[in-house]
Amino acid sequence: MKFRAKITDKGCLELFIHVSGTVARLAKVCVLRVCPDSLCFGPGGSGGLREARLWCEVRQGTFQQFRMEGVAEDLNEIHLELTAEHLSRAARSAAGASSLKLQLTHKRRPCLTVAVELASSLGRARSVVHDLPVRVLPRRVWRDCLPPSLRASDVSIYLPRWRTLRSIVERMANVGDHVLVEANLSGRMTLSMETEVVSIQSYFKNLGNPPKSAVGVPQNRDLESMVQVRVDNRRLLQFLEGQQIHPTTALCNIWDNTLLQLVLVQEDVSLQYFIPAL
Amino acid sequence: MKCLVTGGNVKVLGKAVHSLSRIGDELYLEPLEDGLSLRTVNSSRSAYACFLFAPLFFQQYQAATPGQDLLRCKILMKTVEKCCISLNGRSSRLVVQLHCKFGVRKTHNLSFQDCESLQAVFDPASCPHMLRAPARVLGEAVLPFPPALAEVTLGIGRGRRVILRSYHEEEAGFSCSSPTDSTAKAMVTEMCLGEEDFQQLQAQEGVSITFCLKEFRGLLSFAESANLNLSIHFDAPGRPAIFTIKDSLLDGHFVLATLSDTDSHSQDLGSPEHHQPVPQLQAHSVPHPDDFANDDIDSYMIAMETTIGNEGSRALPSISLSPGPQPPKSPGPHSEEEDEAEPSTVPGTPPPKKFRSLFFGSILAPVRSPQGPSPVLAEDSEGEG
Repeated sequence: MKFRAKITDKGCLELFIHVSGTVARLAKVCVLRVCPDSLCFGPGGSGGLREARLWCEVRQGTFQQFRMEGVAEDLNEIHLELTAEHLSRAARSAAGASSLKLQLTHKRRPCLTVAVELASSLGRARSVVHDLPVRVLPRRVWRDCLPPSLRASDVSIYLPRWRTLRSIVERMANVGDHVLVEANLSGRMTLSMETEVVSIQSYFKNLGNPPKSAVGVPQNRDLESMVQVRVDNRRLLQFLEGQQIHPTTALCNIWDNTLLQLVLVQEDVSLQYFIPAL
Repeated sequence: MKCLVTGGNVKVLGKAVHSLSRIGDELYLEPLEDGLSLRTVNSSRSAYACFLFAPLFFQQYQAATPGQDLLRCKILMKTVEKCCISLNGRSSRLVVQLHCKFGVRKTHNLSFQDCESLQAVFDPASCPHMLRAPARVLGEAVLPFPPALAEVTLGIGRGRRVILRSYHEEEAGFSCSSPTDSTAKAMVTEMCLGEEDFQQLQAQEGVSITFCLKEFRGLLSFAESANLNLSIHFDAPGRPAIFTIKDSLLDGHFVLATLSDTDSHSQDLGSPEHHQPVPQLQAHSVPHPDDFANDDIDSYMIAMETTIGNEGSRALPSISLSPGPQPPKSPGPHSEEEDEAEPSTVPGTPPPKKFRSLFFGSILAPVRSPQGPSPVLAEDSEGEG
């Protein structure tokens, strides 16, 4: 089992710092899947979508060097369990660094070593090396770490402006715990919540819908009908506040009365956050 | 207006005023029916801050004497021009007078208790190894370490690189059978600096010491703010390490115990017990100053006083401006500590390994009555809070 990757590009390094920061905000223990062409972060613990969960994929393009050898030829992956905050802290020490290297090592126990070369102000090289304790997961639990595979969503819609969405959800969270998210295929989205004394609705329109793939799309779908899901507002807010990347694409998928999925993409990084219906 | 603040709320009020002082120079006080408002604005009027303390915050709150209108006023927060410190033997008071602008004079009468001189016995010249660097360099070097990290190992590596590595006491025989066991183990961070970052480096490759990072940070932050160079004199593991700063007007010495018999490259050896050989000290130690690390002597004094108010009359050592240690007879310091504010420390138990800085500004010593010098074996503390 081998893994070695290096980031030397400044923008990619910043993105990696934000990704590891996001994962640390939303999960305590995470599983890092080293795949032949990407790193995938997933929640620790057993699978299932009984609670809100984050998956994150960092494709090889983020790294200027990437080499891995999995546990076996036919199973060319490595699954590592680690404390998300460790990785985030190690990555943060690389702010402004000239390079960040990740390597699977064994220093009396398996470690993910994060080696940072700092470009010192006076041109003198300094380095910081972090050894993160990891647990190599046995193959029998690998399936639990994968994101769920689901049928196509009922509605897929682009999200409103991030700051607007966050501040609305934040204000709603001050009032109550549940929020109803509705959207249709005509670019309309509604967030609503209701308590005994107050009800709040926010209406968004002209958001646009991503082009759906041909697979599994019902032909005569009513574009105006709203699909809805009621979720825990605090989980939604946690994601809106915790995520740190600057996505070029931000959309959500709704499975009627079942599931809400938020998807953010920036360059070679994608975040997916699933919140089950209440 | 008349208000009485008691208990923990005094500190809260002090911190509120302190945070307002970061914004502006003047504090606007306005007692209102729904509470006392404290406001400030900065000179360019680009920042405004306001605290409103509800009447429930106070033990007694009277916005205005009956029949009078509500008055408001503003006072200056940062205006100390001169500070006079004197000892009044007759009334047993340490008098600190702050002369401020516009005729404002603040006088603090602090009660104190007689004590012996706090003298640690140590000699930097007797340490074979030393290194010196600007505090800024060392400040950058400790940046990657988590703020909660208790101990750090400093050593000279190959190529005369200076290495700082986080130190954790490993439990013997940990198992990796469950996630919490292995992944909750601490992360090890190692920082490498080149020899050229140091103004002086007098130590061979392979030497190292392990000391308390939290205590070192205290001196480091002062040295960084004063833009001074910091020297570290050290000897074998177990012998105290001496950290010094100096300029034409002041000097400071921090003497910290180091772990003995540890090889920083193999930390998984058996029991984590460490012994500190500890020689003589002639007086009692004082606990660390509280969190407020600021050089505004005014708020420093407020914080001192509020704690005094909480705990009744407390003993304070005399504050001396120059901490000069006595010429040493034998190297190394030791400490005794007993803090009445912490009921968990019982007289007679072995005191913690650390002892206190001799740096000026040590305060708040709830001390026992003075005793003669006695050797004390200080065991390594389990890890301070």
